[in-house]
Amino acid sequence: MNDMTPVAKSSPKDWETDQEVRWCPGCGDYAILKAVQRTMPDLGVKPENTVFVSGIGCSSRFPYYMETYGFHTIHGRACAVATGVKLANPDLDVWIITGDGDALSIGGNHTMHLLRRNLDCQLLLFNNEIYGLTKGQYSPTSRVGTRSPSTPFGSVDRPASPCAFALGSGARFIARGIDVHKSLPSVLKAAHAHKGASFVEIFQNCIVYNDDVFEPFTAKPNAAGNQLWVEHGKPMLFAGGAKGIALDRDRLALKVVDVVDGDTSEVLVHDQANRMIAHLLVEMPFGAFPMALGVIYDDPAPTFESAVVAQNRQIAEGKTPNLQKLLSQGQTWMVEKEPHVI
Amino acid sequence: MATAAHLLTPEEASANPPPEAIVVRFAGDSGDGMQLTGGQFTLSTALAGNDLATFPDFPAEIRAPQGTLFGVSAFQINFGSASIETAGDQPDVLVAMNPAALQTNVGDLKPGGLIIADEGEFNDRNLAKARYDSNPLDGDGLAKWQLLRLNISQLTLDAVKPFGLGNKEALRCKNMWTLGLALWMFDRDREPIVDWLKAKFAKAPELAEANIAALNAGHAYGETAELGGQVGQLHVPAAPAEPGLYRTVTGAEAISLGLVAGTQLADLPMFFGGYPITPASAILHHLSRLKEYGVTTFQAEDEIAAIASALGASYAGQLGVTSSSGPGIALKGEAIGLAIMTELPLVIVNSQRGGPSTGLPTKTEQSDLYQAVYGRNGDAPMPVVAARSAADCFECAIEAVRIATQYMTPVMLLTDGYIANAAEPWKVPDVDSFTPFPVKFLADVPDGGFLPYARDEKLARPWVKPGTPGLLHRIGGIEKKAGTGNIDYSPANHQEMTELRRDKIAGVAVPDQQVELGEASGKLVVVGWGSTFGPIHQAVRRARRKGLDVAHVHIRHIWPMPRNLGDLLKGYEKILVPEMNTGQLKTVLRDQYLVDAQPLNKVSGQPFRIAEIEAAIESALG
Repeated sequence: MNDMTPVAKSSPKDWETDQEVRWCPGCGDYAILKAVQRTMPDLGVKPENTVFVSGIGCSSRFPYYMETYGFHTIHGRACAVATGVKLANPDLDVWIITGDGDALSIGGNHTMHLLRRNLDCQLLLFNNEIYGLTKGQYSPTSRVGTRSPSTPFGSVDRPASPCAFALGSGARFIARGIDVHKSLPSVLKAAHAHKGASFVEIFQNCIVYNDDVFEPFTAKPNAAGNQLWVEHGKPMLFAGGAKGIALDRDRLALKVVDVVDGDTSEVLVHDQANRMIAHLLVEMPFGAFPMALGVIYDDPAPTFESAVVAQNRQIAEGKTPNLQKLLSQGQTWMVEKEPHVI
Repeated sequence: MATAAHLLTPEEASANPPPEAIVVRFAGDSGDGMQLTGGQFTLSTALAGNDLATFPDFPAEIRAPQGTLFGVSAFQINFGSASIETAGDQPDVLVAMNPAALQTNVGDLKPGGLIIADEGEFNDRNLAKARYDSNPLDGDGLAKWQLLRLNISQLTLDAVKPFGLGNKEALRCKNMWTLGLALWMFDRDREPIVDWLKAKFAKAPELAEANIAALNAGHAYGETAELGGQVGQLHVPAAPAEPGLYRTVTGAEAISLGLVAGTQLADLPMFFGGYPITPASAILHHLSRLKEYGVTTFQAEDEIAAIASALGASYAGQLGVTSSSGPGIALKGEAIGLAIMTELPLVIVNSQRGGPSTGLPTKTEQSDLYQAVYGRNGDAPMPVVAARSAADCFECAIEAVRIATQYMTPVMLLTDGYIANAAEPWKVPDVDSFTPFPVKFLADVPDGGFLPYARDEKLARPWVKPGTPGLLHRIGGIEKKAGTGNIDYSPANHQEMTELRRDKIAGVAVPDQQVELGEASGKLVVVGWGSTFGPIHQAVRRARRKGLDVAHVHIRHIWPMPRNLGDLLKGYEKILVPEMNTGQLKTVLRDQYLVDAQPLNKVSGQPFRIAEIEAAIESALG
């Protein structure tokens, strides 16, 4: 945002539209919508400068419920549309709302290129590991063995890991959140503060087709022992500080260690600008390890739209557009005499 | 393929009266630089004041295996002292740089025409590749033509010897040697080519000098050698033309310039989203150099992203433009539907090529008319404009921008591979002669409140830029309620919105259809669209000279069609529709007007010949 004029403080209510929200009762999308609407007043942005762009799927109805500009596009193409929006007007604050099918199946190509180009935007991927809107088929993030209408005997293909994909594509900001978790707004704020493409995977419970799929780390009794909330400059501790993540130097891998008598000397300190650590964290196999959450990677780089604008300016500098002159370029010749009739 | 057994018939001889125009075809291996030779010959011809038309015909492979039949690349130019509208039916002169070029092209040469062959390339290996049992230059198989055999390869090597190039690099100069000879034959100036070579090889002066030496050597050879037969210098006088400033222009250039002009008339910056595809890439290349005109170009990851980003830019307040060819347009189909549904302006340029699927990437066809008019899911009407020639692309691009911005709709601009690549002289238009149509974005809440899907007298909805306070709204591909734009699936609303979208496009103001040549009623009308203009026009002109009652109607506005077109067509007893497809416009005309339109179809990847259409006219009136 280039506009630095102070913005009158708004309330979450100011970011709600008059449209009736039409997700299934109990859907995790409600919680995410609330979290976003709760976050917006703290960002110092104006609704009219904010654009929500979505693809197709349950999550992609999101823009209709935000009192901002919004574009509900076509399946998989939100990233491509958003690229045009941002290039045409870099002053706009662009949010992309997408799902696991939208961003990683039909739109996987656009997601990859948006991240490698580093378009300044927030990309929120609602991962529920299922196709909800089309009634429950397995998705590219569904685990092996997922039974669905299209895989009645269980899926056999290995799932994609959204954050590993994003990192591999060149993303400079990777974070994870949980739909109903109180920390989601702080993750969203960090994503917004990052200049460049901010990739946020939000674990979102589909109450109808894939209920409780994230229970192993989201259910209350499992949370402490299975959620690793990383924070820059702080040791990677979980299970109420009783366990930590350390580096197994012999195998160049991570390992879980017990913290005895508060001694965290062996525990890795999170460095959000360290790409290697980010790789290790997003690849941690769940079960043997907790789920890494929060801002996993944040290392800004020049953004795509700023590079495009800079080059446009640089090349155009000192040149006066003159259409008549442009049309008359190349090797030309004058015909002076009057035409004669054949 | 004409063969040695073919003898010149009296009919053929009389079919070729002394020319007011000359057709020259340069043919060689795709690595021989024939397109370059042709392009420079075109330039020198235009500078000599001749009217001209060109036809580049090259293989899809960048470097097809050397010496093969399918690796032949040809460039044909028709130039003369009269108005030229086609690249010419049959060449008067064929330059064949190897046996394969001779094999694939000699059949087209006019009886009595001249063959210039590089005999240095007629070795056993190349003859075998071209499927010649014996050297055709030695037998009497080429007897009905004049033959000039020169060892161009050796002559070129001799000419560039002082520059110390390797054998391979030296031989690359032989196209310039050939060009030098051609320039001498037609009394053309070498200076522009010399300037061009110096600029092209600015970083390698020795290559520039070698090429210039080859050019001069070819020219000097013509001047001093005792060439046999009728080969001699021929001056083709300049064509009569309207006074003014002229330049040569290809369709791709004219579209790029027209898009820039259109966005300036609309007072908008342009966003061009493109993905490389033959033959449409040239537009992306041209526009990427015009940043000072408010043009942002974006090479997207695929065709879908190209159009989706353009649509996003339109949503944000620039004019989104995308361009492709048939298969790429198919990929864009869903996003075109989104543009129709969200009623945002967008220009989609389709440089048609032979299809279906990958089809014939470098060959021309006009078989995407159905795709342009009908090729989307749902009732999805969209204006379609078709350019008739390279120069016409300029005005058509402006027209596409005008309709898109005034009616808040995507517009498809149809050209084809022939128009995109072909060069022709263009009288540079006066930019002040075009009426501006500045876009007015809605910036304030209107009296009575803001409705994103309110309608003006043209049924267009308001264009609101994100960033505008007080006009926040959401759009999308789901059916929306008339007026508010909120999601609404109800039966009556979908009926209403479908009819609104239909009526808006049906109501687009397009100029009345004019008759290009002939009367506004009569026995026969030949109806065309797109790049068939030249051959149809010439064929109708020739037929009328013979006293036949025939007229030429050429449609620019494919959708919606001009209001008077139905009545106009019904004034003729017969309707003939030549198309480079299997009858697409013919079917639309029958559907729209219940007229007995008869097809004349050609899908060989080559443009129509005048004679083909002339014969169809005679047969229709016979």
